[in-house]
Amino acid sequence: MTRRPAAHSLANRKGVARAVKDAACKLDPRYLYKNPVMFVVEIGSAFTTLLFVHALATGMGDASAWFILSISLWLWFTVFFGNFAEAMAEGRGKAQADTLRRARKEVLARRLALPRRDAPVEEVLSAHLRRGNFVFVAAGEFIPGDGEVIEGIASVDESAITGESAPVIRESGGDRSAVTGGTRVLSDWIIVRITADPGETFLDRMIGMVEGSKRQKTPNEIALHILLAALTIVFLLATVTLLAYSIYAVRSSGSGTPVTMTVLVALLVCLIPTTIGGLLSAIGIAGMDRMIRANVLATSGRAVEAAGDVDVLLLDKTGTITLGNREAVAFLAAPGVCEQTLADAAQLASLADETPEGRSIVVLAKRRFGLRGRDLQAMGASFVPFSAHTRMSGVDIDGRQIRKGAVDAIERFVGDHSGQMPGEVRGIVEDLARQGATPLLVAEGGRVLGVIHLKDIVKGGLRDRFAEMRKLGIRTVMITGDNPMTASAIAAEAGVDDFLAEATPERKLSLIREYQQHGHLVAMTGDGTNDAPALAQADVAVAMNSGTQAAKEAGNMVDLDSNPTKLLDIVAIGKQMLMTRGALTTFSISNDVSKYFAIIPAAFATTYPELGALNLMNLHSPQSAVLSAVIFNALIIVGLIPLALRGVAYRPSPAAELLRGNLLVYGLGGLLLPFPCIKMIDLLLHWMGV
Amino acid sequence: MTALVWLQYALYFAILVLAAVPLGRYIARVYEGQDGIARRVLGPVERGIYRLAGIRADEETSWKQYALCLLAFNLVGALFVYLIQRFQGYLPFNPTHLPGVRPEIAFNTAVSFTTNTNWQAYGGETTMSHFTQMAGLTVQNFLSASTGMAVAITLARGFARRSTATVGSFWVDLTRGTLYVLLPLSLFLAGLLVSQGVVQTFDSSATVSLVEPQVDASGQMITEQILPLGPVASQVAIKQLGTNGGGYFNTNSAHPFENPTPFSNFLELMAILLIPAALCFTFGAMVRSPRHGWILLATMLALLVPLVVLCAATEYGGNPALVGLGLDQAAGNMEGKEVRFGTATSALWATVTTASSNGSVNSMHDSFTPLGGLAPMWLIQLGEVAFGGVGSGLYGLLMFAVIAVFIAGLMVGRTPEFLGKKLDAYEMKMASLVILIPSAAVLVGTAMACLLPDVAAAAPNPGPHGFSEILYAFSSAANNNGSAFAGLDAGGRFYTVALGICMLIGRYWVIVPVLAVAGSLARKPVVPPSAGTLPTDTPLFVVLLVGTVLLVGALTFIPALALGPIVEHLRFAVAAGGVP
Repeated sequence: MTRRPAAHSLANRKGVARAVKDAACKLDPRYLYKNPVMFVVEIGSAFTTLLFVHALATGMGDASAWFILSISLWLWFTVFFGNFAEAMAEGRGKAQADTLRRARKEVLARRLALPRRDAPVEEVLSAHLRRGNFVFVAAGEFIPGDGEVIEGIASVDESAITGESAPVIRESGGDRSAVTGGTRVLSDWIIVRITADPGETFLDRMIGMVEGSKRQKTPNEIALHILLAALTIVFLLATVTLLAYSIYAVRSSGSGTPVTMTVLVALLVCLIPTTIGGLLSAIGIAGMDRMIRANVLATSGRAVEAAGDVDVLLLDKTGTITLGNREAVAFLAAPGVCEQTLADAAQLASLADETPEGRSIVVLAKRRFGLRGRDLQAMGASFVPFSAHTRMSGVDIDGRQIRKGAVDAIERFVGDHSGQMPGEVRGIVEDLARQGATPLLVAEGGRVLGVIHLKDIVKGGLRDRFAEMRKLGIRTVMITGDNPMTASAIAAEAGVDDFLAEATPERKLSLIREYQQHGHLVAMTGDGTNDAPALAQADVAVAMNSGTQAAKEAGNMVDLDSNPTKLLDIVAIGKQMLMTRGALTTFSISNDVSKYFAIIPAAFATTYPELGALNLMNLHSPQSAVLSAVIFNALIIVGLIPLALRGVAYRPSPAAELLRGNLLVYGLGGLLLPFPCIKMIDLLLHWMGV
Repeated sequence: MTALVWLQYALYFAILVLAAVPLGRYIARVYEGQDGIARRVLGPVERGIYRLAGIRADEETSWKQYALCLLAFNLVGALFVYLIQRFQGYLPFNPTHLPGVRPEIAFNTAVSFTTNTNWQAYGGETTMSHFTQMAGLTVQNFLSASTGMAVAITLARGFARRSTATVGSFWVDLTRGTLYVLLPLSLFLAGLLVSQGVVQTFDSSATVSLVEPQVDASGQMITEQILPLGPVASQVAIKQLGTNGGGYFNTNSAHPFENPTPFSNFLELMAILLIPAALCFTFGAMVRSPRHGWILLATMLALLVPLVVLCAATEYGGNPALVGLGLDQAAGNMEGKEVRFGTATSALWATVTTASSNGSVNSMHDSFTPLGGLAPMWLIQLGEVAFGGVGSGLYGLLMFAVIAVFIAGLMVGRTPEFLGKKLDAYEMKMASLVILIPSAAVLVGTAMACLLPDVAAAAPNPGPHGFSEILYAFSSAANNNGSAFAGLDAGGRFYTVALGICMLIGRYWVIVPVLAVAGSLARKPVVPPSAGTLPTDTPLFVVLLVGTVLLVGALTFIPALALGPIVEHLRFAVAAGGVP
């Protein structure tokens, strides 16, 4: 996977400068009210600012003017830091959006009146192209809009979208017909039918996505916001009523003064969950961003969230579990045929065969018997190419007719030459199928020479990854068109939990429905048009960028690298985002305990000096105690920005283990960490003479 | 604290758990309508009630309908109790010719008994006639308890069902809870109590000669005492079993006719926690996961036991102010405690009665040491989830579990699910209301009382202790406990009305969101568990749930507690010459 050059690191100074500016703009209450926690902090900041002005003007304020000023400044910082976190997260997307925007330039398109190469041509700006128009694109030109190739074949540079510099082939018909606006044709020509109006193209959607301009809160984020808002209200009531309690205490004990407004606002801000409130949207945006950096585009944050919940993965065998090509591993001669004869015939039949299977046969023949390549032309041979009709390929040489092909095709071929299939060969064929291998028969005229053992190559490292998935409680299901015998052998080799053999689009769709009916969330990848219904049904549907337009529209994610194995990474990113959210919420709430110990003794120092016994941290004065707690509360947001953007450490393990680990780090850690930190800030303030 | 005290406590909790397991399973069978001996005996009565009331036992309703029935039924019940009190002067069984009850007291009492709070702004034997006690209060003792159970059962059904629109029938649940659970247990307990000397009679009073004649202020010799009597045992049985707590007499279970012997004391203590503990197992049985029953019970014990120990230890520490006077404090702080119970059982009772929303007392909490008094108050402020009321404790704790699962569930990288049900914004909204509303009522009510000078003066001990008294009263009312710190004169108009409103808010603004959650959960399909599912039946989850109750439920009250019992304790220590 190539990383796009625009991927920004945290240290990028330009990014930080932009984020600072954005964070300031986000102080606008019309924007901030959507985040109840931070909105309350902003009101608190404004209120203490007014208290400061009042103290300055009258000289007899709520508390000393510098104290109110410092509290109010740090409260403003708290809001600002929250905004900054969000801006930082968005900034990374914005930089990518800029790169993409450069790709979306106006080009002159050659519009055809009819979908034929010789049709009349009219030159129009790409912005004027509409769905259903036909355009002609030749080598060196940019494709003016999203569409489908209806004629021709060309190599296309899609690096603007995928970051992958190797050109890809796009041709009419089949599953490689989709082209994207802004990509460039390198060779040959194509006629494209435009499938998206300007402003709705893939590139436009992608820009919107990475910029976060269309970002909506995900269901889980909304639920969390509700909880945070409720906690905010509880603590608001707890602090407001504290004023009444304090007045009662002063009145009945006859000493001291009621708690000051400044301290109450400070206590409020320290108690409400500002840490998670400030970082929540940054976590969501960073999750999307991690997807984008894995070269996956999610159409919504909801899809990223669902990725964490998925518990069934449907994986296509070809391309996902096995490499696309099969490899010859053995020559199994028919009775009465020596193995070398078979190898020789097989090599002859494959010399002109450019498919990976054909090449692997030549390689095997050379390795086993040292058979070198021969010049077919010099031998006067004529190559018989593979056709969908005969389902064989081979060579005619010196009157010999050598063919290799599928079992039934060869059976027909020998039958035509009044030969027949020996029973032993049939046995070999069945044996191979049981092992998950593909038998390829070789025949000369009416005589079956033997069988070539073609084997699926399972991708390396998959077994371990599937084991990881199992630990996470995720079931992996292999989907293949193979017969059940072959399928089960490959499934066993790859280590998947289950398989669907002889799969058709309908069976795939009904399998998804069945899983969903039992409450499972299903993820799958697909690229062909016939995958579209299943993609639309699945909870997380990753379409390959190389796939058809229909597949891309049906899915809720697009993998720009067109690597189906990436489904595993997508699940990990989704989980990591949810874990980060939970970890920081837990951390934020457990922080409160320490703040009570800092602020309560300070707030009532004049009425009940006995409460000084609760000053466990031995903070040196009531004012520095309150200030230290507020400063810690603001700085912890900044301190956790990298964690929010990067996500918490993630290692695939069962839920119980994850919970134990995270509870220890973020629950217990959140309980204990503030004590030394507040103490340190207090010492620093003391040292500075506050 | 001696080894004997520890042994006593251990024995109490062991017997409680042993009794709760079978009872819990029995209750599950009752509500699921399964056959059993009880059904064969009482089945005809149940069917008779349905026939009389025109109820079809197999007709279930949506949660909204269920909530409407419940609210309507409780409203009618409250009105009935109110009118009985107002007109008791004209009603039978009034041997001492007590007049009608004052409107605000009648309101407070009607609300108090229908909400299962049983806060008493009156002295029982001097205010309420036998008829009022039996037809008004005792009836509500049964019905309010049965209402609470019905809500908890409905929530359990919400978890157990999948993709269903209905949650059950309120009328059927109410009938079954009363008939099969509360009535038989009360009968059994009342019998045992009578055997211990708890009175049960329609006589108004007995006159006895004093052992030691006294001379009153006017110089007259007093040789006789009038002892009020009444149908006490029957009310005491349900008052404990239904976590009601409203005593027949003003001094509640400290009164020798309500609680004469250590054995009666043990029986009543057992009765207080029995059904709330059993309902954990009922839940486990209904959601087909008995382990979850144990987990909930373990959570409740983990919250309660440390506070029992805190209370007992500080009470055994005695009153340091008296040590200097040469008074023996070996028995602990005995002020306000009955000698026949002593410190150990008084401390246990104080914490058990506040942990459950019972509120009956066998000693005066106002006279406890500051930390000894903090334990019961904090138990109430936890939201009555450590055992809690009959039914209400279970659904309260389950709401906390919903929040715990929501926060921590994310940490395993899945959107939260509890017992296979996905928790969404709707559940969070409702669970938040359940946590938010009672706390808000406590805080705002206390603040109002603090700011009104006349009202604040009703607390006879100014300063931190007076503040504790006010805070305790509002905590008790809004969490439907009904326990009183005593000391506070809560008979005035402000307190009767304000506390009445708090009781209403704390009961119904919790019940309705809980039923809404039940309805929403019942509609959802069940997600099958896998290795990636947050395990909610492990000791780790107990830790998590306890942490959530403490952090989310109780942190709110730390500032208020600091100004009451905590500062008082610190002063106490300073006064005793110790280092705080």
